[in-house]
Amino acid sequence: MKMFDNIKQSLIWKSMFRRDYKDTPRNRALAIFGNVFMHLHPVKVREGAVKLRYTWGMGGISLFSFIILTVTGFLLMFYYRPSVDQAYWDIKDLEFQVPYGIFLRSLHRWAGHFMVIVVWLHMFRVFMTGSYKSPRQFNWAIGVILLVLTMLLSFTGYLLPWDQLGLWAIEVGTNMAAGTPLLGFEGPFSEYLGITPYNDVRFAILGGSTVGGNALLRSYVWHCVALPLVAVVLMAVHFWRVRKDGGISGPHS
Amino acid sequence: MGPFIEIISKPDNIAIVVMILMVLFFTAWAFLQAFRNDASRKNGELIEGEGNGKVDTWKPLVRIELIVALVVFIGLTFWSLVVDAPLEELANPTLTPNPAKAPWYFLGLQEMLVYFDPWIAGVVLPTLIIIGLIAIPYIDINPKGNGYYTFSERKWAILIFCFGFLFLWILLIVIGVFFRGPGWLWFWPWEEWDHHRVVYEGTADLTNLVGIDSRSGWGFFIGGGVVTMYYALGMILPYVYWRKKKPEFFENLGMVPYVTVTFLFWTMLALPIKMFLRLVLMVKYVWVTPWFNI
Repeated sequence: MKMFDNIKQSLIWKSMFRRDYKDTPRNRALAIFGNVFMHLHPVKVREGAVKLRYTWGMGGISLFSFIILTVTGFLLMFYYRPSVDQAYWDIKDLEFQVPYGIFLRSLHRWAGHFMVIVVWLHMFRVFMTGSYKSPRQFNWAIGVILLVLTMLLSFTGYLLPWDQLGLWAIEVGTNMAAGTPLLGFEGPFSEYLGITPYNDVRFAILGGSTVGGNALLRSYVWHCVALPLVAVVLMAVHFWRVRKDGGISGPHS
Repeated sequence: MGPFIEIISKPDNIAIVVMILMVLFFTAWAFLQAFRNDASRKNGELIEGEGNGKVDTWKPLVRIELIVALVVFIGLTFWSLVVDAPLEELANPTLTPNPAKAPWYFLGLQEMLVYFDPWIAGVVLPTLIIIGLIAIPYIDINPKGNGYYTFSERKWAILIFCFGFLFLWILLIVIGVFFRGPGWLWFWPWEEWDHHRVVYEGTADLTNLVGIDSRSGWGFFIGGGVVTMYYALGMILPYVYWRKKKPEFFENLGMVPYVTVTFLFWTMLALPIKMFLRLVLMVKYVWVTPWFNI
């Protein structure tokens, strides 16, 4: 015990932790705004906001799924090369050579599916409690964009194993883009703009007229860099707006 | 039952089963709380959350967040230990699987391809879904029901949203996952997938039903007229009706939001209407033009 006291009195300890653990109102407040992660929260919240039966915790679970996906995704990147010759075999290696590799990949995949479901249910809850109403209209719009990003993140990840499942799912999904009016080669009015399979939106998405190596690389970059970055920025705005718009919704607020 | 067990236990489809259970559970829970609050209001009691004070974030809220995070993490870990992520054969662009299905969360859109051409089902409707969702707070100007579950105070908003979410999104996904087999034909879960099944459907265009060739000039004008009248009447009739009944409603809403909300509403209803036309009357297109078909 003496040793602990000495450590707690040391300069190093005191430079890191500015409060002791005594349960006082001041310390309860400090625990929140004295910590960069905790200070996403206000110091005090409406009683209804901590009731699981009201929020279902779906927003928090979405964020938590995103964190799981970031950590597992980061680890998966060590074992994966996004090229037609290597991608599939890297996934095979992950399954049969890398210790716990199959668990890592499964956790990433199921957390991804789970996040899509949870984000939908989060939207459903916010709708059912009318929480998009004034003053939270704009934050609802950001939430819709985040929901679309979640599905795009999942969609871009689908192709990466470079197996039949991913290839044909992306084939079906991107073929719809060929039907875009004016800009897709199968879409209405596109013939007047000189649109062909080699210069339409589908070509821009895939980096080619078929799902090939360029599409795989594009999926990878969107999936691992661009989309997560955009999502993180919008999440920051989303959480900040929850605070600025008066906290989690409740009657009379 | 063979194929059913096979489909339901496909690794990716376990997520769909999880989704169905969660959607059912939370729908029931939301409506239960809504009816309970409505009953409290009727009896002049406080509804859930009304008159609440504030509590410290540390620890009541942080504690709940930690527990929920742990439960989710344990659940996902268990799921990942029991079910391996799927990996099929190496990608082969020359070998098309039948059926080729999009990722499960887009199967609602793929299912719409039965009823609409790709430019509508794959591009226009998804765009309008996103725009429509973003527009909700600006077109639903009812100030009631902000921050609590209720049904009676915002019946129409909830009915329309739940119809769109539960039937036009979730149900179509479930159909796409469990009921569509080779050739995107309907297979009951207990049926074997017959890859050689051919179904002849004598579909015709709407105007052909009254004996006018849809590709003729008359067919073009009648088909276009039907589509135009659908939206025009859909906007004018409610306007006339509500103008009389609730003039203040329009003053609050404004013309642009009114046109937006009716356009989005009738576009959403166009899907079940087209389903009816296609499945019951065997209608393929309502309007055939040299450039596009609806």
